[in-house]
Amino acid sequence: MTGAIDPTVVNLIVFVLAVFVGYHVIWNVTPALHTPLMSVTNAISSVIIVGAILAAGRGIFDVGTSMGALAVVLASINVAGGFLVTQRMLQMFRKKQPKGEKRAS
Amino acid sequence: MSVNQVALWYLVASVCFILALKGLSHPETARRGNYFGMAGMAIAVLTTLSIPGVSWDRIGVILGLMLLGGSIGAFVSQRVQMTQMPELVAAMHSLVGMAAVLIAVAVVNNPHAFGIEEPLPMGNRLELFIGTFVGAITFSGSVIAFGKLAGLGKHFRLFSSAPVVFKGQHLVNLALAVVMIGFGIAFFMASDKGWTPFIIMTAIAFVLGFLIIIPIGGADMPVVISMLNSYSGWAAAGIGFSLNNPMLIIAGSLVGSSGAILSYIMCRAMNRSFISVILGGFGAAEGTAATGAEQKAVRSGSAEDAAFLLGNAESVIIVPGYGLAVARAQHAVKELAQKLKEKGVSVKYAIHPVAGRMPGHMNVLLAEADVPYDQVFEMDDINSEFGNTDVALVLGANDVVNPLAHEKGSPIYGMPILDVSKARTVMVNKRSMASGYAGLDNPLFYMDKTMMVFGDAKKVVEDMVKALG
Repeated sequence: MTGAIDPTVVNLIVFVLAVFVGYHVIWNVTPALHTPLMSVTNAISSVIIVGAILAAGRGIFDVGTSMGALAVVLASINVAGGFLVTQRMLQMFRKKQPKGEKRAS
Repeated sequence: MSVNQVALWYLVASVCFILALKGLSHPETARRGNYFGMAGMAIAVLTTLSIPGVSWDRIGVILGLMLLGGSIGAFVSQRVQMTQMPELVAAMHSLVGMAAVLIAVAVVNNPHAFGIEEPLPMGNRLELFIGTFVGAITFSGSVIAFGKLAGLGKHFRLFSSAPVVFKGQHLVNLALAVVMIGFGIAFFMASDKGWTPFIIMTAIAFVLGFLIIIPIGGADMPVVISMLNSYSGWAAAGIGFSLNNPMLIIAGSLVGSSGAILSYIMCRAMNRSFISVILGGFGAAEGTAATGAEQKAVRSGSAEDAAFLLGNAESVIIVPGYGLAVARAQHAVKELAQKLKEKGVSVKYAIHPVAGRMPGHMNVLLAEADVPYDQVFEMDDINSEFGNTDVALVLGANDVVNPLAHEKGSPIYGMPILDVSKARTVMVNKRSMASGYAGLDNPLFYMDKTMMVFGDAKKVVEDMVKALG
């Protein structure tokens, strides 16, 4: 194992391990929170914005960079929308009703 | 920042995402988890912006675009009704899918921007192919799902919540898939950029996404929406592979497996195989099976009669369904429960996994109405209690309480249901005698102990509250 490992192999290792982590973490999610789970996974999958930034950030202005720019907008709608709506939902899950003041956040 | 530093920061962000999901194991830790998610996203974005090669003026433009998108997202997230959550989630899936396709186009156009050599190596092409077609299917499929959930079927038949089926549908889909893979191979083999096969392949994938979702009926939406959730994750992971970006791969796989598990849970709750849901057409016979039903006698009562019975009961279990979401009756229900509790009645809520149009839909609605989550029970935890319950109050649910599920030979045989028929009295609120999405008659409605209360869920529950007052 002296030579460099092909990046695709490394990617595959990361992928398989991440699927396992995902599998075990998700089964522990309480069914009551399945809707927030969907909205937060939505926000997380919009980490694809990283690719969009790279696409928009480099090279001359052409098809590629404009596609990247559009992707930045789409993904950031999701980032903000996903996390904030999750936050809004989670605020509502309370044990006893503290009535009023706490809901403002 | 060096390449290694970038990779390490991406690792930190990935761990944050895992913690965000882990937090959701309990409502108390979920909010903290969400902050981890936000932190992870911030780290990911800042790290990417600091990669050398992104010029300063470009960073300004990008931040401006992010501000634009972010404001739209923030605005929508504050405005959206909790009953509209399924539509919102479907719309957001479509954005991820579209972003994946756009990024793939940018990669084909200029691989150098992503540190990939030109012409694209075959390995990257294969990964790009997968990321692109999954992204395209996610986009168009989610658009259809959004239309179906938002009830746009009135304007466009394509968005009809009843399945849209035509002859040879599966054959057409299969043929298109084969052709798409053919062009994928052409793209894989191309010695130049391979624009032509890439564009044709992407176009077919868009069409395929439409065709896959149109035959799936409204009641199967919880599966569809989970499946698209999963696809959006796999699309991100596919793009991550082609960009050699471990964080995209990790985040994508987390989301992908999350959606896959949710789809599995939803399918199990309907006792249907994933394949049969995807092939669609279920509930196409809607209406035909229901027509014979009107003849049989049902005992119906007014909201006041129902309120009288509820007030004199010792224990009540409320079973909310999609009808409650449509009527936005969650606040009225909470008020009813409050009134009953003041009279010393014990009130609990029972939730079927596929009640509503997405996983956990009912829980969110009840939480919005300030129902404490420790009064809300999942099917397996509460089913044994119906036998000792005075009144089961079913609000806008049908198939999930249909006792036919216990009878061999019925189309929904084996589906786990809430055993409301074991309660001493059953009250069912529905708008009419129309059958549910399974297109089945429900023997529960004709039982001697059942009282039907017809009307809009919100109106009926409000009348009950008044009568109790």
